[in-house]
Amino acid sequence: MSEQDPIVVRCTPELTYRYAAGRYGSRFLRGLKEGRILASRCRRCPRTLVPPRIACTGCFGRMEEVVEVPPRGELLAYTQVTFPFLDPFTGVKRPIPYCYGMVRFEGTDNTFQYFLAEKNPANLRVGQRVRAVFREERKGEMADLVCLEAAE
Amino acid sequence: MGERVAIVGAGQTLHRSRRLDVSAPELIDEAVQAALTDAGMGPDGIDAIVVGNMEHFEGIHLSDLWAVEGTGGVGKPQLKIATGGTTGSSLSQAAYYLVASGAFRTVLAVGWERLSDSEGETTTGIVTAFDPIYERPTLAGAVSGLAIMACQYQSKYGTRPEDAAEVVIQARENALRNPHAHLRKPVTTAEVLASPMLSTPMRYLDMCPTSDGAAAVLFTSRPGDRSAAWVRGVSGAHNHVYLGDVAEGAASFLNTLTIAAERAYKQAGVTSPREQFDVVEMYEPCTWAALEWAESLGLCAKGQAARLWGEGTTRLDGDLPVNPSGGVLCTNPIGATGLVRVAEGSLQVRGRAGERQVDGARLALTTGFGGSFWSEVMILGRDA
Ligand SMILES: [Zn+2]
Repeated sequence: MSEQDPIVVRCTPELTYRYAAGRYGSRFLRGLKEGRILASRCRRCPRTLVPPRIACTGCFGRMEEVVEVPPRGELLAYTQVTFPFLDPFTGVKRPIPYCYGMVRFEGTDNTFQYFLAEKNPANLRVGQRVRAVFREERKGEMADLVCLEAAE
Repeated sequence: MGERVAIVGAGQTLHRSRRLDVSAPELIDEAVQAALTDAGMGPDGIDAIVVGNMEHFEGIHLSDLWAVEGTGGVGKPQLKIATGGTTGSSLSQAAYYLVASGAFRTVLAVGWERLSDSEGETTTGIVTAFDPIYERPTLAGAVSGLAIMACQYQSKYGTRPEDAAEVVIQARENALRNPHAHLRKPVTTAEVLASPMLSTPMRYLDMCPTSDGAAAVLFTSRPGDRSAAWVRGVSGAHNHVYLGDVAEGAASFLNTLTIAAERAYKQAGVTSPREQFDVVEMYEPCTWAALEWAESLGLCAKGQAARLWGEGTTRLDGDLPVNPSGGVLCTNPIGATGLVRVAEGSLQVRGRAGERQVDGARLALTTGFGGSFWSEVMILGRDA
């Protein structure tokens, strides 16, 4: 280092966090354990949303009803991620490439962002039918829902 | 509407990929001193300060504490505003409201970021903004979130990657005239289409850079005989928590921009934005966003933005110049980025934009983008 070089100081903390899934989130994750997709419903709008949550996106009304929706839907947008980055969820580089998309489950009004089974984006198209793939050993966590795969 | 509010000073740092020559307060100082010089004002003229950045990137919390050496906030009311990508535009809106209310005569807005502090891991910081259970596992920051939007836009209108490339080609040409800009090197269509794919259909050169930099803007109800840019319209629209809710409509991803723009246009008496605005400083984090959001702003019909750029309307010498500064595609210190749009818009209507000046600019449209696709708009005029 020369006399003119700016001096920098490095800092490498290891931090851990724990998040509450909440009342609605816990029901959703327990639903996944049973191989079911749960949504919340607003009678006023009416609107059905995945994941279930306390307040309606349409009218801020209370979503008192939690219902099961079919584990299949329509792909409304997708991307294949190909650049490397540090995953704040795991603290290590996220494995790439992977495809994910926005899926509208049947009977719902919003989309759900999740992994796609397809590895090649050239085989994906907007409007495609997809279905949920669950793993055999389920624990009540997001990973119980492995991905969404082509249903046609 | 309360007091009429004018911008009488705007300052920016040199925005670069790494400003290792200065600490955070020194970086802020650079922008604040430039704004005071531009306004011909001393620090005693400032009654209150709003300051902000996007906290995760530097790993600094209570960033308003760190900033105070640069803002001159000791002994004065100083509030932190942090709304992610919109931090800079939110700062301008907060400063406006504080002055318009009559509570303060002159308010300084300061936005800053040192994206290089996290050593390239900007995406990591952005991912932490989203729901840890449902959306963090899939999201790859702004890059993939915007790629999803681009996928929808492309599928709907058949827009080609070369149409999007035209946006960054023009931005880079403009940045050559802006000494503050970070990326000042022309690019060609072939270079854009050959740049690495980040997240389909988004390539490296479609995406904004990460920069270190700061901006400071002075808002006052008493401009006196100072050169002034008058705030003519202000609005914002927040959005849903999940990106899956944002994509609900799928017809217009950034409907919040349309909502905010319509309210601001009404305040400013703008009924035909394409004809009435002389210049636009838009927060376009990627090429595809510039296209779709020009449509959300009503600058052209849906699906027609590629023609707006292709025919040169958006060029510095075109009918409606967009981002004479080079925009976000050339400079992106996130917490300052939205405030840079306001600073640039104010310089344009004050006739102080140097080599990037749009001849005779009287009415400027500026926008901010952030979070789960939310938006803010500020309209600036030479006339009150
Ligand atoms: Zn409702």
